[in-house]
Formats: sequence, structure tokens, C-alpha cells
Amino acid sequence: MSTLPVRSSEPHPDFSRGSSAVLGKSVIVKGEIHGREDLTIDGEVEGTIELQEHRLTIGPNAKVNAAVKAREVVVLGTLHGNVETRDKVEIRKEAKLVGDIRTARIVIEDGAYFKGAVDIVRAETPRPQPVAAPKPQPVASATVPNAGSSHAGSPHASGHPGAIAAGAGDIKR
Amino acid sequence: MPREALVGLETRQSHGLDQFCASLGERPGLSILDFAGGSQATVSFITGYGHRLYSDDFVHQLDQCFGSGPGDFFDNQANPLLASKFIAKALPFAEESFDGALVWDALQFLCSPLLQTVVTRLHRLLRPGSSLLAMFHTEERLDTLATYAYRIQDHRTVQMAAPAQRKPAQIFTNRSLEKMFQDFHSVKFFLTRDRLREVIVRR
Repeated sequence: MSTLPVRSSEPHPDFSRGSSAVLGKSVIVKGEIHGREDLTIDGEVEGTIELQEHRLTIGPNAKVNAAVKAREVVVLGTLHGNVETRDKVEIRKEAKLVGDIRTARIVIEDGAYFKGAVDIVRAETPRPQPVAAPKPQPVASATVPNAGSSHAGSPHASGHPGAIAAGAGDIKR
Repeated sequence: MPREALVGLETRQSHGLDQFCASLGERPGLSILDFAGGSQATVSFITGYGHRLYSDDFVHQLDQCFGSGPGDFFDNQANPLLASKFIAKALPFAEESFDGALVWDALQFLCSPLLQTVVTRLHRLLRPGSSLLAMFHTEERLDTLATYAYRIQDHRTVQMAAPAQRKPAQIFTNRSLEKMFQDFHSVKFFLTRDRLREVIVRR
């Protein structure tokens, strides 16, 4: 069902920052991985990986064929499978990711190979919980944060110039 | 395509891209197909509208399928087994899955009958009313063309990196392009100063 992370006896490469579990490059796992700590994989994994609140790093030697759910995923090796993160996906130079991504943010470095769909899921600003007011105030003075402008970052949402027809030949059927 | 060799990034103004992008602002949640492979610039631009982007390096797929084994790259494209394998790998989508396709210059490296098979497949993948942007070189005397990695900088500016030179399958004329896209509703050409013919095709 689940496989415990294995610490490699070899010295860790620089990509493992801070304390996290490590699957070394000689380790092969088939099955489900669930964790409550950051995980670095440099071996081979086939199955599913869930680290809901933590970071998954696919090391440069890793070959992972798995559906992934984590807070953050950093890919330096090869990952085949759909990726869902709450925070961020990074596909580093020389990494290969084949699969669909749902995330709030994505970074693709030059030299990375990516094949798949990207859905940016914007994290909704949590609305302040209505506090049970002891008694109604005569004037509602609370300011509600603006939670409705989900496309504020959309480029060129307005002011798009009309079609430029210079040198154009148009054939309609 | 050896993407690690992306050097010499150029930018160019694109009337075709400008027209393609005109439909992006209509509503969020569109699905856009990009043949240039995943890049930060294009992903940020398209998803910034609230759309979904499907990226694949189409020319890389061509190389993987027809250029990695024995035989000539173009001769291999006539192999029905390899061709159907390529279509299954490069365009494995249900009909009417997309609201736009950024094909860039990828079609130049396809021979008939695979070329027509891909165009027919694109026609089926696009929803009615959606647009396809393609580019074709107009230079007839060159043996090889630069293969570009295209990235969208803004609605009318394309970043182009030329990692390699490649032999085109054929040189296209307006007439051959009209014939190629005859199943589509309309074809619009934009002639540019840098020997590229930009084409906007409406499904």
C-alpha cells in the first residue's frame, strides 16, 4: 500500500535542501507514496505520490511515472503523470515532464521539455468568516476585501487594437 | 529539437498573432493548442487570460517518430504505420477539443499525405469559429530553413529562437495553402517583410 521513504547512504546532491525524505537513485518503488514531510526522489517510482502540504522534488536521476499531488513540485529529472499542486510547479532546465498540470503558479526554465496541459487555478482569497455579532451595529462600516477580480492579471483584457489588414488576402468560403 | 541549444532570441511583430489574440479576450476558459512546446512566456500569456494551454513540441515529435530510426525523415512520413503512430502520439485529442491552435511553422516539415492528414485532424480538433495560426516561409531558393521555437511576448510580438536548420518538405504558395485549408471556413494571409507568410485560418 505505502512505501516508507528510504534514505540513501550516498551523499545527497545539492538539490536536496533542508530536511526531507530521500529516495536514492538505486531505489525502485511501485505503489502509493503518502507523506507528511518533503520528499526528494532520485530513483524510480511508479504509482501515485501524495504529499498534500509538502514539497516533492524529482531529482535529476529520477524516473517517475506517477500521478502527483503536493503543495509544490520541482522537477529536475523525468516525470510522466498528472501533477496537481496548491502552490507551484517548477520544471527546471533539462527536466522532462509529460502530463497535465493544475497549479497556482508555474515556472518553466529554458531547456526543459514539457508536454501537456496547464490549468492555472487561482487560489481564492479566503473570505473573512462572519463573526456572530452580539448585536447589530447601527452602521455597517466593515470593508469587504475585493474578492471578485480574478482576472486582474489578464494581459490586454481591453484596448486590443483592431485587426490589421495590411498586406492581407482574405478568402471566405 | 535540441531545446537546450536555444540561442539568438529574436522578436518580431506579428499581425497574424494579433488577429489570433483578438478572440482570446472574448471569454475565459478557452482551450488553446500550442505546437511550440512549453515555454514560460507562452504559458504565462495564455493562462493570464484564464485559458487552458496544451503544449507540445510538434517538430520534436516529428523527429522522434520519423527521424530517430533508419530511413529518410521524409520517406518515413509515407510509412502508414509510422504515420498513424505519430498522429496517435502528437494529436491524441477528442474532436472539437480546442478553441484555437498555434501551429507556427510546423506544417512546413510535413510531406503529403501526412500533411493533409494532420490538417484534417486539426480541423476536427477545433471547435467551429475557432482560429488557427500557421506560418510558412516564402523563400524558394533555400535548401534549409531555420526551425524556430516560438514564444508569445505580447499579443503582437513573438520571440523566436532558432536552434537548428532543417530542410522543408515543400514551399507553399497562397494557392497551395488555400487548397490545404479548403475544409476550413476562411483563410487570411499576412505577408511580412521577413519572408514569412502568416496565415489565420478560421474553422
